[in-house]
Amino acid sequence: MFMKPRFRLVPDGTRIKFMRGRFMGLIVSAILSTASVVLFFYPGLNLGIDFAGGVVMEVRTPGPADFTQIRAALAEEHIGAQGVQRFGDASEVLIRLGAQPSEQATQAAVTRVKAALDKAVPGAKVLRTDAVGASVSAELFRNGLLALGISLLMILVYIWFRFEWQFAVGAVVTLILDVTKAIGFLALTRIEFDLVMVAAILTILGYSTNDKVVVYDRVRENLRKYKTMPLRELIDLSINETLNRTLGTSMTVFLASLPLALFGGESISGFAWVMLFGIVVGTSSSIFIAAPILLFLGENKLRRDSVAVVAAKARPRTPSGAGAP
Amino acid sequence: MMYFSRLKTWLILGACLIGAILCVPNLLPAPAPWLPWRTVHLGLDLQGGSYLLLEVDMKAVIKERLDGLVDAVRQALRPGGIFYATLEAQPDQNRVLLRLRDASKTEAAVAALRPLISPEGPTAVPDMTVDSTPDGQILLTLSPVALKSRALGAVQQSIEIVRRRIDETGVLDPQITQQGDDRIVVQLPGVGDPERIKTLLGQTAHMTFRLVDTAANANAPGAVPPPGDDFLPMEKDTQQKIAVRKRVDVDGGDLTDARAGTNPQTGEWVVNFTFNSVGARRFADITRANVNRPFAIVLDNKVISAPRINEPITGGRGQISGSFTAGSANDLAVLLRAGALPAPLTVVEQRSVGPELGADSIRAGAMSLAIGFVLVIGFMGTFYGLFGWFANAALVVNLLLMLAIMSLLEATLTLPGMAGILLTLGMAVDANILINERIREESHNGRPPLAALEAGFTRAYSTIFDSNATAFLAHVMLFAFGSGPVRGFAVTITVGIATSLFTAWMLTRLLVSKWYTSHRPRLLPV
Repeated sequence: MFMKPRFRLVPDGTRIKFMRGRFMGLIVSAILSTASVVLFFYPGLNLGIDFAGGVVMEVRTPGPADFTQIRAALAEEHIGAQGVQRFGDASEVLIRLGAQPSEQATQAAVTRVKAALDKAVPGAKVLRTDAVGASVSAELFRNGLLALGISLLMILVYIWFRFEWQFAVGAVVTLILDVTKAIGFLALTRIEFDLVMVAAILTILGYSTNDKVVVYDRVRENLRKYKTMPLRELIDLSINETLNRTLGTSMTVFLASLPLALFGGESISGFAWVMLFGIVVGTSSSIFIAAPILLFLGENKLRRDSVAVVAAKARPRTPSGAGAP
Repeated sequence: MMYFSRLKTWLILGACLIGAILCVPNLLPAPAPWLPWRTVHLGLDLQGGSYLLLEVDMKAVIKERLDGLVDAVRQALRPGGIFYATLEAQPDQNRVLLRLRDASKTEAAVAALRPLISPEGPTAVPDMTVDSTPDGQILLTLSPVALKSRALGAVQQSIEIVRRRIDETGVLDPQITQQGDDRIVVQLPGVGDPERIKTLLGQTAHMTFRLVDTAANANAPGAVPPPGDDFLPMEKDTQQKIAVRKRVDVDGGDLTDARAGTNPQTGEWVVNFTFNSVGARRFADITRANVNRPFAIVLDNKVISAPRINEPITGGRGQISGSFTAGSANDLAVLLRAGALPAPLTVVEQRSVGPELGADSIRAGAMSLAIGFVLVIGFMGTFYGLFGWFANAALVVNLLLMLAIMSLLEATLTLPGMAGILLTLGMAVDANILINERIREESHNGRPPLAALEAGFTRAYSTIFDSNATAFLAHVMLFAFGSGPVRGFAVTITVGIATSLFTAWMLTRLLVSKWYTSHRPRLLPV
């Protein structure tokens, strides 16, 4: 049982005509991304305290938590809590305060919440305290966007350098569409958008690029191999040839993220759900978005006049046995 | 491609072995202090602890410098009989504005102020510029270099004081580092509730001993302090004010020691302090000259107590009383021993995790990791058969190597970092999937086994390289711009990508090659 593969995700030698669905794919993607952009503005992202500033405290009460009592205790101290909600266990409460007017007020709020809790629920334990002032949250937000932007730019330059510009533009446009969908998913599910989510989006970016590069790589190879095949057929062939790999890797990353979503605990499961969503989007966009864009951009260029250029450009980098490390 | 020289084989296996050995320190305590015993550190979110980001109030630093400058200007102009209409610090413009009554004396004034300019730092750049206009206005502006070096000095001095204060509380292994121009990161492992430390760090603890002006009534409504006086609130009751001379007779910087104790007569908590020789002499002089007059002990512009001087205190020792509890007396003693901060510190970010929650996170992370690992291994085994198991062996080694490199770097493992390990497991097998699919394709195209293996590994190489390079770039950016636990995520993924290239490309190839030479199969099990 350890020798032979047990079964395959897709049978060998499929000849699915993916490029027939190219308009459909682009239209669906455009609709989803537009909807995501709308969701981004209304209702908007549920910004976590990393980016919005404020205070979050996770509290464990001795018995099942009495939310009305805690709310009343906070109200009595004139603490404007944005939310008092259950967090995981029945005895765990998440108290959230919005951004405070100053750094000092943020710190004072922490102390006041603690005092109010001590009075109302003796024996309550503060498990976690996060307090972020306004200046820091603005900085974190800026750095998050910067990381995202520079990553996209570097991916663009890298693919441009290794492939043709049509590939790079196709990849980056697809990635932007992927990212907007992930943001729409965040806005829709109300999963908190914090630093960890920036990490999730960057990981999706990395994963999705990886997927596109594999398909593109096969396109590049087939361009050299089948000099007369129309680009449309050639892209279809390349997707079919890499289909098992595309789905296989999606499966392993999906399987790796799934336990995080189910058992990783409240603070990491949001990350994992976004990852799972991103894997599905990233995989399908390689086939239905990145490839059609390449077809549109390269229909005349890649096939006719620049075959020689592509071949010449790729040959020196083709690894030989001697070139391997 | 499929041939491995003996040397190469041993090098690959040796690298794996070294990786395994480097993981050992994580399991055992160091047997001897001289052994390099590098381990992965648990992040504060896993072991419990607090992260505080403090900001040094640079405005206060500049304002203090300008206030000092105003005093110096006043003294410099007095001997020459130069009178002025305005003399004020303008902290927003980093300057002192001086307007003379008699514009004709501008040159004389500038000459008198010249000695105030002192070279700043080893480059001997003047620390300020003096500009005058013919109508008698003189501006003393601090130079950017001076501002910068002063800010740096203030941050470094603050770090030192913060360290001393935290050391006094007995926290183990605190980490205190500078971040950016004006920030200090304080990491306190094991401290889930940093309230006391925040209180200790939240005070400048600048203590002064000054005479009380008994002639002025600070509590009269609408009273304005006479020149040379300050109306300061009492520590106990801030509504109650007291008129205190501006002139500082003895400064807290002259203290050598401070301890909490109890007064044997009343039994109340007090703080006993000792002056150094300069402080002792000045304290003796002042108390001798002012017997029977009240004397204010001022901490951060609040009067702790204003006792009457009964007799000259010449021994350089004194006692502060003022309705202390055991805790507050101890805290004050700690603050006085550690010294005053050059400027107030503000906590701009706090992340505290109690040890309970940390343990929960470790449990959740470990469980996810185990389940994810089993799922990925099961998938590879069923979908790729023997070659899948080669990949699984490489995956285990990959995990070891990741741990080894992270130990070498003494990297911090956070909860997102654990998620990163899991994702790396999922992505690391991608290289093997690419190789296996390729071998299968080549084999189905009718190539004999060895040729199929050769072609599979060769052709998959550029794909593997390109696809990993882009993911690598994205995570390097995350490390550069991320902070805290998210950086831990970036570290595990970048390290994981690097090690997976080695295990997929070298180790799996070695395993496949050894298997091929020993079995010589006529058909590949793909």
